[in-house]
Amino acid sequence: MLEILFDPLFRLPLFTGLLLALLLPLIGVYLRLREEWLAALGLAQLAGAGALSGAALGLPLLAGSALGAVLGAGVKNLRKGLGNDAYAVMILLGWSLALLISANSPHGDELAHAVTDGQLYFTGTSHLWTAIGLFLLTLGLLPWLSPRLLRARFFPDYYRANGLPEWRYHLSFDLLAASALALATASIGLMAAFALVFIPAWVAFVFAQSWRWTLVWALAFGLLAYLSAFSLALWWDQPFGPVLVACCLSLAAVLWLGQALLKVKR
Amino acid sequence: MSSALLAAQQLVVGYQKPITAPISFQLHAGEVLGLLGPNGSGKSSLIAAITGTARIFSGQLHKAPGIELSHQRQRPVRLKEMPIQGRELLQLCAADKLPLPARLKPFLDQRLDKLSGGQLQFLQTWACMGSGADVILLDEPTNNLDPEGIDSLADSLKHLAPNQAVLLVSHEQNFIDKVCSQVVEVSKNA
Repeated sequence: MLEILFDPLFRLPLFTGLLLALLLPLIGVYLRLREEWLAALGLAQLAGAGALSGAALGLPLLAGSALGAVLGAGVKNLRKGLGNDAYAVMILLGWSLALLISANSPHGDELAHAVTDGQLYFTGTSHLWTAIGLFLLTLGLLPWLSPRLLRARFFPDYYRANGLPEWRYHLSFDLLAASALALATASIGLMAAFALVFIPAWVAFVFAQSWRWTLVWALAFGLLAYLSAFSLALWWDQPFGPVLVACCLSLAAVLWLGQALLKVKR
Repeated sequence: MSSALLAAQQLVVGYQKPITAPISFQLHAGEVLGLLGPNGSGKSSLIAAITGTARIFSGQLHKAPGIELSHQRQRPVRLKEMPIQGRELLQLCAADKLPLPARLKPFLDQRLDKLSGGQLQFLQTWACMGSGADVILLDEPTNNLDPEGIDSLADSLKHLAPNQAVLLVSHEQNFIDKVCSQVVEVSKNA
């Protein structure tokens, strides 16, 4: 089964998804720190609605998706303090728009399925280059952004008290999260994108003993779940998105079961 | 007023309406200033006004240009899940460079969500104090601390760098008497 991973035919989607499988869990860790994990679903829904609206207007899925998610992040930043309320509104708005557009545009149903289930095996070089760009941007930005986001979380008055532009750090992260989710929604599908943001961070927050290890746990979880899903989906000829979600859930269940067994043994 | 790191002149603060009566003080480097007053007199609101989260209704608040402030809230941020070690929290504030109080060492390799209320309070207070900030604002830093913790905190306050100053709110008269070089009474706005 492993030879599937090295098949030249699937090399491009494999690398696009691999970069997303590393990027999304990292984003998820910071969203969970901010207790905004629902953001992933809110932004993914808006990205989905954006992709479908864009397609109806003749735009590529990726462009529409990015527009939808970035708009969501912008509105959320303008309406500070709404937190998960804002994301719940995004989920409802995204869902409603996506279904209405798909019901009223040619090939809407097909596109809606593509956005929901994911179409990783049909992604092209534009997806890969966008993923490489985003991944490099995140690698460059995170060492600068991470301590600022953490300090803002644990010492919320520090930046305001010192007249420092805290909004810049939050907006930078929100735009990064929105861009990553937009690309993920257009590549691996809405729920798979949400799963890669939510589940690795959820597990890492339970098992890791430090912040550094939280990041390592999330990355390792995302990578393992993704590679398993990629192989299994091709091997069994199944849609990638649902297989990825199933892999994430199974891996999490195995870890929790292992932890419970260890506790009983002790 | 010019040499003070922080100075208030007839300052009245609050949120929707004024809470404090006019208050004046000057805080210089090397000083520990205690704010004393009954519950609801606006001591925490005064600190909130200095950090910019409460409103100044009248009077003047002067901060020396270029100074750095650190602030320990009355209730430290305590999240349900905090997979971050004590050591990492201190690193965030660059508070890991000074010699640490012995009391702090057992907390360094523990996750914050495994610490008790008093342990987390002490760790966060030290993070503010050890950060090198010029003005340290401490709001009820003795909350949840046991007597040993209070002694250790008092000792740390006595060994601050000469360029630092502390403004603290505490309801514990003994603690204020022990650590403060000046005390200002805060009273409620009539």
